[in-house]
Amino acid sequence: MMVERAMAGQVVSVKRTTSARASYAGRWALLYLIVVVGSVVSMFPFAWTFLSSGKEISELYRMPPTLWPATPRFVENYQEVWRLVPFGRWLVNTAEVTVLGLIGAVASSTVVAYSFARFRYPGRELFFFVTLSTLMLPVEVTLIPQYLLFKNLGWLDTYYPLVVPSFFGGGAFNIFLMRQFIMTIPLDLDEAAKIDGASSFRVLWQIITPLCKPAIATMATLGFIGGWNSFLGPLIFLNSPEKFLVAVGLRYFNVGAAQGSAAARPQDHLLMAASLMIALPCLILFFVAQKYFVQGIVMSGIKG
Amino acid sequence: MADRLSSASARAARREGSSPMRRREALEGYLYLAPWIVGFVAFVGGPILASAYLSFTKYNVMRPPQFNGFQNYVYALAKDDLFIPSIIRTFYFAILSIPPAMVLSLLVAILLNQKFVVNTLWRTMFFLPTLTPVVAAAILWRWMLNPDVGLVNFLLAQVGIKGPGWLSSIEWAIPALALVSLWVSVGGTRMIIFLAGLQDVPQELVEAAEIDGAGIWAKFWNVTLPMVTPTVFFNLVLGIIFALRTFDLAFVSTQGGPARATWFISLHIYQNAFVSFDMGYASALAWMFFLILFALTYLQFRLSGSWVYYAGERR
Repeated sequence: MMVERAMAGQVVSVKRTTSARASYAGRWALLYLIVVVGSVVSMFPFAWTFLSSGKEISELYRMPPTLWPATPRFVENYQEVWRLVPFGRWLVNTAEVTVLGLIGAVASSTVVAYSFARFRYPGRELFFFVTLSTLMLPVEVTLIPQYLLFKNLGWLDTYYPLVVPSFFGGGAFNIFLMRQFIMTIPLDLDEAAKIDGASSFRVLWQIITPLCKPAIATMATLGFIGGWNSFLGPLIFLNSPEKFLVAVGLRYFNVGAAQGSAAARPQDHLLMAASLMIALPCLILFFVAQKYFVQGIVMSGIKG
Repeated sequence: MADRLSSASARAARREGSSPMRRREALEGYLYLAPWIVGFVAFVGGPILASAYLSFTKYNVMRPPQFNGFQNYVYALAKDDLFIPSIIRTFYFAILSIPPAMVLSLLVAILLNQKFVVNTLWRTMFFLPTLTPVVAAAILWRWMLNPDVGLVNFLLAQVGIKGPGWLSSIEWAIPALALVSLWVSVGGTRMIIFLAGLQDVPQELVEAAEIDGAGIWAKFWNVTLPMVTPTVFFNLVLGIIFALRTFDLAFVSTQGGPARATWFISLHIYQNAFVSFDMGYASALAWMFFLILFALTYLQFRLSGSWVYYAGERR
């Protein structure tokens, strides 16, 4: 009887583990299903853009759209982009401006966010809301005053307006983002370091910054993508075509016809090809950088 | 923050007086703020003040501005048939688009935070809409949402629903835009920020909850969600600002139509600034809209004390 009972117990426990294992496997199967379906839905327009960049212009507007190009012209279309515009020059310009601006924005917004998150001083809330306000006022109405400002500084048709301001503040989006992340770091860490005689700069450099790595990687990647595709500033502050940045250069394929240039017909297929080439560096960066987004930090027993 | 922190710091100030330590803290705070102050004074503040002044003038960009008092403001509120409806329309779009975008982005971030094989691939795929060229996306969406030959209505027809006219229908244009913006943004910036925020959730807490027998929902509600409230708050505040400022989406896919059904406030400001070159009037519109956004944001900060949890906050 004892044996029977023991066997019964064993059976039950075996059943339980198999059912647990089955539900575990079932859960993962479901998660994989969701992630695969979501990925396909997300990537479809990008893939379609790629396929369309190898089509003839007339095929692009067929309703309903075709998926595969009837007569693939990938090589011709991409060559045409490089033939029509100084694409390489623009890419180099864009890389230069974006990287310089990004360095300024990341460094400066981290420092400013540190001030907002960790120090108490009169006027802090006021300054913080003024910072946020810069995101709320529509740019349309500050554009002309800004143009006049940079004109007076003699900065028009240079990269200064696109790079220098980044070093002073780094933008409200970045400041607010970093403030949120710094505020999740327990104050005990700062205070322990201060008791050991660390200066506030050392706290920033050796405690806050390492703990904010996922946030900084995120901010830097998003900042790169934003800067790489920035349109309005470069459009207004730069005149010489050889100084253009890629996003502005793309306009060539939109307005070329209006300007009576060689391209007296719509060129959306070339626009797509050029847009994809512009997106490529962002795609690669995102692919490479994202392991830092999720780089967990071991802080056993400190957080929470 | 404004409310809770300022009252907290006021209390702390009373307790400690203006001790040398507090003075040093303030001094250092200003020091780290200095880059922002310099930048604001040099590049940002001037144009903002200028636009505030221009809102009280008649200014067509070609000739110098002429002061005309409150005329622009009075005209906007009393005579401009498009101004107030455009604000209401913009809010309708924001209310439709923000809640699903917030919830779905957070769910996607939690999903992509799981330990999948080839995680990098899935995350990149979900992020792709952000990198998809707008021109291409616009063509594609016009097809997908086409009432007669579009994919969306085709799928709806399969389950016996007659789909609406979407972008070409006055009632459905804004919901259609909300749908497009959802697709564009679900795996984008907002999700990535959530993903970064999720790294702040201590694994020990999650495991402790597991040992206590917490189910998936209980773990999410009691452990994960409270720890990511700072990023939820960030995404909410900026999500509202960006949704209310939506321009590209409507400009590219509907140009404000049909029959001004998607004529958002940003299009109205753009129209007055750069099409009719009435820069003074556009500035007045922008400042009134700014005041609404500011009030909303301020309110959110006042309310945030009750639901946002900062591990590094003085209490």
